[in-house]
Amino acid sequence: MSKTILTIDDSASIRQMVTMTLMSAGLDVIEAADGAEGYDKATSNVVHAVLTDLNMPVLNGIEFIRKYRQHPSSKGIPIILLTTESDEELKRQAKEAGATGWIVKPFKQDQLLAIIKKVTGA
Amino acid sequence: MNISDPTETFRQEARELLDQLEAGLLDLEQDPSNQDLINSAFRALHTIKGSGAMFGFTAVAEFVHEFETAFDRVRKGQSEPNAALIQVALDAKDHIHLLIESPDTRIDGGDEILAHLRTIVEGGTQAPASKPKAAPSAMAESTIGSTKAWRLVFYLPSDALIYGTNPLLLLEELAQIGPTKVTALTDRIPDLAVIDPEMPHMGWQVDIEAEDPADAIDDVFLFLRDNMELTLTPIDPYEAISDPAAIATAGPAEPDIVEEPIIRAAELAKQAPTPRSRTAEKPDGKAATSLRVPAERLDELMDRVGELVIAQARLSQIAAQSADSGLKTIAEELERLSSGLRDTTMGIRMVPIGSLFGRFRRLVHDLSNELGKPIEFITAGEDTELDKTMIERLADPLVHLIRNSVDHGLESAEKRIAAGKPDKGVVRLSAVYSGAEVAISVSDDGNGLNAARIRAKAEENGLITAESKLTDQELNHLIFAPGFSTAKEVTSLSGRGVGMDVVKRTIDGLRGTIDVTTVAGQGTTMTLRLPLTLAIIDGMLIRVGSGRYTIPLAAVEECVELPDGVEAHAKGRNFLDIRGSLVPYLRLREVFGTTSPQELHQKVVIVSSGEGRVGLVVDQILGNNQTVIKQLTKLHSAVKSFSGATILGDGTVALILDTAHLVSAGQKYVGNQTGRAA
Repeated sequence: MSKTILTIDDSASIRQMVTMTLMSAGLDVIEAADGAEGYDKATSNVVHAVLTDLNMPVLNGIEFIRKYRQHPSSKGIPIILLTTESDEELKRQAKEAGATGWIVKPFKQDQLLAIIKKVTGA
Repeated sequence: MNISDPTETFRQEARELLDQLEAGLLDLEQDPSNQDLINSAFRALHTIKGSGAMFGFTAVAEFVHEFETAFDRVRKGQSEPNAALIQVALDAKDHIHLLIESPDTRIDGGDEILAHLRTIVEGGTQAPASKPKAAPSAMAESTIGSTKAWRLVFYLPSDALIYGTNPLLLLEELAQIGPTKVTALTDRIPDLAVIDPEMPHMGWQVDIEAEDPADAIDDVFLFLRDNMELTLTPIDPYEAISDPAAIATAGPAEPDIVEEPIIRAAELAKQAPTPRSRTAEKPDGKAATSLRVPAERLDELMDRVGELVIAQARLSQIAAQSADSGLKTIAEELERLSSGLRDTTMGIRMVPIGSLFGRFRRLVHDLSNELGKPIEFITAGEDTELDKTMIERLADPLVHLIRNSVDHGLESAEKRIAAGKPDKGVVRLSAVYSGAEVAISVSDDGNGLNAARIRAKAEENGLITAESKLTDQELNHLIFAPGFSTAKEVTSLSGRGVGMDVVKRTIDGLRGTIDVTTVAGQGTTMTLRLPLTLAIIDGMLIRVGSGRYTIPLAAVEECVELPDGVEAHAKGRNFLDIRGSLVPYLRLREVFGTTSPQELHQKVVIVSSGEGRVGLVVDQILGNNQTVIKQLTKLHSAVKSFSGATILGDGTVALILDTAHLVSAGQKYVGNQTGRAA
């Protein structure tokens, strides 16, 4: 069974790019436009990894991670942060909240796939 | 637009974000302490930066980065969002817009804007922030490059498994660096009674054969290295041989032992999703709130629905002539369905006019600064929905009207105070549904139109003669005549005299009308009335001679019979007495040059447009029909009396009458009492 990745980003263009990249690698993708929608989808679908933006309306990336990590279904699910910051403080906060890793924007498609492979093995 | 092109999606998204940013900045000017506004402006910038860098808009990303850095002081409350700051931020927004729209051309001015911005937020001392460097490698201890064997020992952080790290994948990655021998370190595993199965109690010792693997190992532990225990030491071959323990741990039998715990750990990670229900695997039941669809597809859909409506009309016609009750039932059912489909499809094309209104706030803001007139800009009815094409085509006319209001309508602050008004002028833009139309009005509380000056100007331009007697309404409408301009001095904003007639033409082209009301000393209101959609309208089918024509039903006021005996005065006065008011009428037979014998009892359809009413004398009124509007080709663009054509149920074509044109032609025709209207 192919793995399902949830991508959460308020930027439609980034979501589209991520989706196209992942689908071309044979992965299934679910999209969400903010942290709240992301939480709903993460907890109502079987997902194998979550890619989330940091800066989003309604529920930002770190808030999303915190909330999702309190849900039992998040156990063992890698969460990768998409961030423009190389800000160590933000990364630290995200890690504390339960992020597995991060990828710094701008990234290339193969970098994204490498990260996904790294955390899911897919 | 190609839907699968993320770059285009980015552009579109960036445009929306910039609009949002602009609106936010303008709001911020009114409400400088509102942290939500500052944050939302920041978020818009941030998204543009992130996506811009992704899609190769490096200039955008760099500029926004600097913008963001400077603006950060505002976010942190170290700098006030005053008028000067808002202005330079708006300039910066415009610059970003240019960078996005034409990424290949060199656009200057960015540095100046940034320098200006920095001066305002902090006195210009800060140099462009340099990007922070990547964290130094945790593998600093590996020094000897020539060593071929390395021993890596690591313990994962206690939350690693729960947070999605899979040790098996780490070991696999390490194996790609070079041949590895893996040993499980069980020294930290607690008693079974107290073991927490979700914690990675084990450690790992991995012997790797590779030259200088530090960087590669660093990559493997990229996400973990900050808070895990990890040591990498070169293995001294002599020491390894002389140490029996080392030989034992690196022995060939070892992998069997370690394999099991690894799998267990991996299983732990895999087990987690199982408590969730399998039925939830299908896409989320809640529908996405919105969907981006290229406009062409909607046009295509609308066309198809149009064809369906025509086919349905044919079926209805056949059914009406048939005695088959089954056929009649189906025809009625289909009529109901297709009209529902028509409404839904048109609904999809409707967008709230608020998106358009947002743009004008900037316009008014800029005009206010440029002319030194304090202005309050009020908008209402942003939720009013109009056909998307219509909204796009309304932008320019509305810009003209608003400019006129600000430039010509509103007086200077001094004059206003002298006239006993508040110094701040008000420009109001509102939209409201009225029947099958939307009325959009631009009003100001300025001085009103100057009738004497309009008259003088019109006479000067030869539009009217000194003897012409005009009603106030007619006089006001002269401002829409080509080449008319009342501003004594031409300003950079308006007053080139090319505005209002273009506005009128555009509105006519949208089958709308424009109306002016003005009260001396109190202000002017320009009202645009537009049909809700451009694609399908309700029409009234009429016959003139052997030809059939459609009149847009929204324009029809009433139908009366042409009284007998009117014919006798026909050459004199073409007026009807409609309940006490005189309405001029046009004989469409004459307008179209019809020669076939006319009906004994002629009917008059009274149609109205913004300027007035006119009766259209027709041979027969056939009834209502759904009219799918087909544009006339350029070849027919000179034919003024028709705005389009439609296909009737029997497959023949009926031309759609351009009521606005016929009304004005009718007024003129009657005024001159000579010549042909068309």
